[in-house]
Amino acid sequence: MTSAIELEKVRITFGTFTAVHETDLQIRDGEFFSFLGPSGCGKTTLLRTISGFVQPSSGHVRIGGADMAGIGPNKRPTALIFQNLALFPMMSVAENVAYGLRVRGVGKSEREARALKLLDQVALSPHAHKKVSALSGGQKQRVAIARALAVEPKVLLLDEPLSALDLKLRQHMRRELREIQQRVGITFIYITHDQGEALNMSDRIAVMNAGRIEQVGHGREIYANPQSAFVASFVGESNVIPGRVAAVGNGLAHVETPLGRLAGRVGLGPDGSAPIALSAGDEAQLFVRPEQIRLVAPDQPRPACGFGARLRDLSFEGSMTHLELDAGLGMPCNASFMTSNAGALPEIGTDLALQFDPLDAIVLRQEGRAA
Amino acid sequence: MNAQKINSALVSLYLVLFFLFLLGPLLVMAVSAFNTPSYPQVWPIRGVTLNWFVQLFHDKEMLEGLRTSVVIGVSVSILSVAMGLAGALVMTQLFGTSRAYYYFLVVAPVLIPGIVLGIATVVFWRDFTGLLGLRSLLYNGTVLTILAQSSFVSSYCMLIILARLQRFDVSQEEAALDLGASYPQVFRDVLLPYLRPAILSSAMLGFLTSFENYNATTFAILADKTLTTVLASRVRMGSSPVISALATVIVVLTILAALMFEWVKRREQRRQWSREKEARESERLETA
Amino acid sequence: MNNLGITFVATALMLALFFFLVRYDRHRAVTAQVGFFRRNGALVGTYLVLGVGIWMLFTFIMPMVFMVDLSFHHKLPPSKVGGPEDVYTLDNYRMFLFGSTTSTDSLNWLHLRSFFMTIFISILITLVTFAIAYPLAYYMAQVARMQVLRLLLLLLVIPYWVNDILRAFAFRIVMAENGFLNQFLQGIGLTHGPIDFLGQNIALYVALCYSHLLLMTFPLYNAIEAQDHNQIEAARDLGAPWWHIHLFVVMPHAKPGIASGMTLCFMLTAGAVATPMVLGGPNSLWFTPIVYDRFYQLFDWPQGAAYAIVLLLACIAFVFGVLKLTGLKLGEITK
Repeated sequence: MTSAIELEKVRITFGTFTAVHETDLQIRDGEFFSFLGPSGCGKTTLLRTISGFVQPSSGHVRIGGADMAGIGPNKRPTALIFQNLALFPMMSVAENVAYGLRVRGVGKSEREARALKLLDQVALSPHAHKKVSALSGGQKQRVAIARALAVEPKVLLLDEPLSALDLKLRQHMRRELREIQQRVGITFIYITHDQGEALNMSDRIAVMNAGRIEQVGHGREIYANPQSAFVASFVGESNVIPGRVAAVGNGLAHVETPLGRLAGRVGLGPDGSAPIALSAGDEAQLFVRPEQIRLVAPDQPRPACGFGARLRDLSFEGSMTHLELDAGLGMPCNASFMTSNAGALPEIGTDLALQFDPLDAIVLRQEGRAA
Repeated sequence: MNAQKINSALVSLYLVLFFLFLLGPLLVMAVSAFNTPSYPQVWPIRGVTLNWFVQLFHDKEMLEGLRTSVVIGVSVSILSVAMGLAGALVMTQLFGTSRAYYYFLVVAPVLIPGIVLGIATVVFWRDFTGLLGLRSLLYNGTVLTILAQSSFVSSYCMLIILARLQRFDVSQEEAALDLGASYPQVFRDVLLPYLRPAILSSAMLGFLTSFENYNATTFAILADKTLTTVLASRVRMGSSPVISALATVIVVLTILAALMFEWVKRREQRRQWSREKEARESERLETA
Repeated sequence: MNNLGITFVATALMLALFFFLVRYDRHRAVTAQVGFFRRNGALVGTYLVLGVGIWMLFTFIMPMVFMVDLSFHHKLPPSKVGGPEDVYTLDNYRMFLFGSTTSTDSLNWLHLRSFFMTIFISILITLVTFAIAYPLAYYMAQVARMQVLRLLLLLLVIPYWVNDILRAFAFRIVMAENGFLNQFLQGIGLTHGPIDFLGQNIALYVALCYSHLLLMTFPLYNAIEAQDHNQIEAARDLGAPWWHIHLFVVMPHAKPGIASGMTLCFMLTAGAVATPMVLGGPNSLWFTPIVYDRFYQLFDWPQGAAYAIVLLLACIAFVFGVLKLTGLKLGEITK
């Protein structure tokens, strides 16, 4: 597989502020790749660097193997879908789609035909001659996609394009975007702060925080094996239990915590294959997701990987029931269960026994303050 | 309740007085344009005549002045829109202290009395055209008036265009670039169409401002004559219902233009409403 | 060096200062900066430079600098310009303050009085115009229903484009000795003989106020319209009396509009040429006709330039006074 996009030691600074720290990354041809991170993490800056609106302060951006240094956004084989879509209000739908062809000198009849064909693919050909202001949010979205695809880019860049839509439409558009990507077969680079979108659509995800890529991988991989505290809590939810490693063996680390001795898998290192080197005495953190925690029935014996906590609050959300627990960590500990109509719910204020499977928990080295 | 009644009566009285003050003198003048006495008067009405209008349309000097005024107005309008547009665009690309300095310079012509600008233009261009050896070509009333008026009309145009430019969504420009447009293409296809309403209204305003300007013109016009300078000399010589007739024509033209403008605006608004309604309709279908 | 030479040098210095500031700003900029011609393309870039350059240099800066320079020279026949007699002098300004060297008065009372009266009356007219325009602007912005508002705006536009001379002319018809107003006042028995509105300059002042009424109304209307009506309602709910609401709720919010309207009104009143020419009574000495006479009666351009600069300084002082008083920036009142 060739790389559609290659970032080599890319660093982006604005004055004294470093927006993106030195980054290496390869995005494959035909891949649906997402950058996931909170706002201000540098993901949009990275996208604008790829599309050519921002020049990296150092390092190289290569698209299809060619170095993009000094090449403006209008000369790059990328097309960007803006967060606000940036459709041209003074042009009709068809003129919007044909604009990229027009500036390339494609003749009027040909570009109209191609625009109509593209509009047909997104089921908008009946609206071709309307002004964009007469379209609904979802329709505008599809015009933006058709307009970007019209220039036949090697890479399509999408900057949170669904954020303005309502929930139902957003879910529909996710499927549609994925279908379009599979049909045209080009690389999609998708920016989002919504983990659901990223996990749902992407082949691979780069999780970003504070100008750094924290982890790159498939959605499941990132969810199952977060490599940093940030990833563990940003992708999905995690309870963080600090402690000191007591013993390591069989891929499990046993950690002495304020809740007693607990165990979890040793987390993977940055390359994603080998576990990190932990040894007894290391400061560590144990991450366990709320949905992996189970209640232990009062009549059962206390399990090996279990702890006690007092139920502080309980919220019912339909299919899931969330418990907020006080385990004496100084911060609440969360647990979630599939709602079951059998059996009574525990009462608030009661002490509960809980457990989790060590294979569902991850142990990582306590991160230094520098990170 | 009673207090409210008094209040609203007071408001109505004020409104009536205000518009009486505003429109009354024009009305009096209009009536005098149809009255027969050769000294413009309203009362008593001695007879209704269109004679003064006929005289107006045969007044060579006024027609000549009108022609010059139109030539100057059109030139000022074109020049000022071009320069004001450039001025506004440059403004958006400056920051910090240079922006403050630049802003001060480009709005200054608005804050300087027209008479001062007219004088400055005449004294400078007399010597400057001499230096260039173009005095016979450029040192004449029409050219100087165009220059003097452009100075501040450009500032007006710039302010109007700038107001719209500040609401411009930069991602539009970036989208066009990203689709492969060159910078001149972005300018032509995205920025200019966006600014079109502001450009048109500033052109309109520029023409009208030029057309009715007297303060700068009276100095810069030298031996030439615009409609306003002809009028001024006539009014100075004495009163004549012909002048009332001219004013009446201008008022009527203004009313027509205002009504047309209102009509165009309403039509555009109705179109926009129907588009928005359509958008809401398809939105509803989509999420249903 | 002759006047043009000085003008070019001064202009070049102003340009140099501008480019220095641009460089300085770029140096401190936080965001990445793209070069001017790269940002705009060669064609558009050239247009921008030429557009702004021609406008600022040839229609504004150089004429103004030249005029300032000229005001420090003597009136000389063309053959002597640039010769040994062409020296810098303050005589033109001295003339304004103390009169000609042959006069026996200690001060040039005629011109000084006219100047200060012009400024004083312009300020008065500005305040009166504000008082007349404010209620209408408020009514249109906060009270009037849409239909009424459209009608009022339409009515306001009509007199707007009638030029100053015709407006003044209308007032001459209305306020002449045997004009409509005198006929009316005598008709209803309010006065017995005709009032000399023109000779007493009343017509002049009323017409000046009339001419700038709309220039005051529109900025006021825009500023008051931008205010959230709920704020006013809230103040009323709290039991604030009406004058309190206007003084402490509406006016502070509309400050930029008020400053802008007042500045415009003052400048155009003090700099009015047409209205005093048409309506000035025999004892009216508005300042602008005096300036005009320097040029076209005495043909003393340097002195005319000096007088024009005096007027300009008064306007600048007024603008800065308003800015200082209201604590606004220049950008806020030129919207």
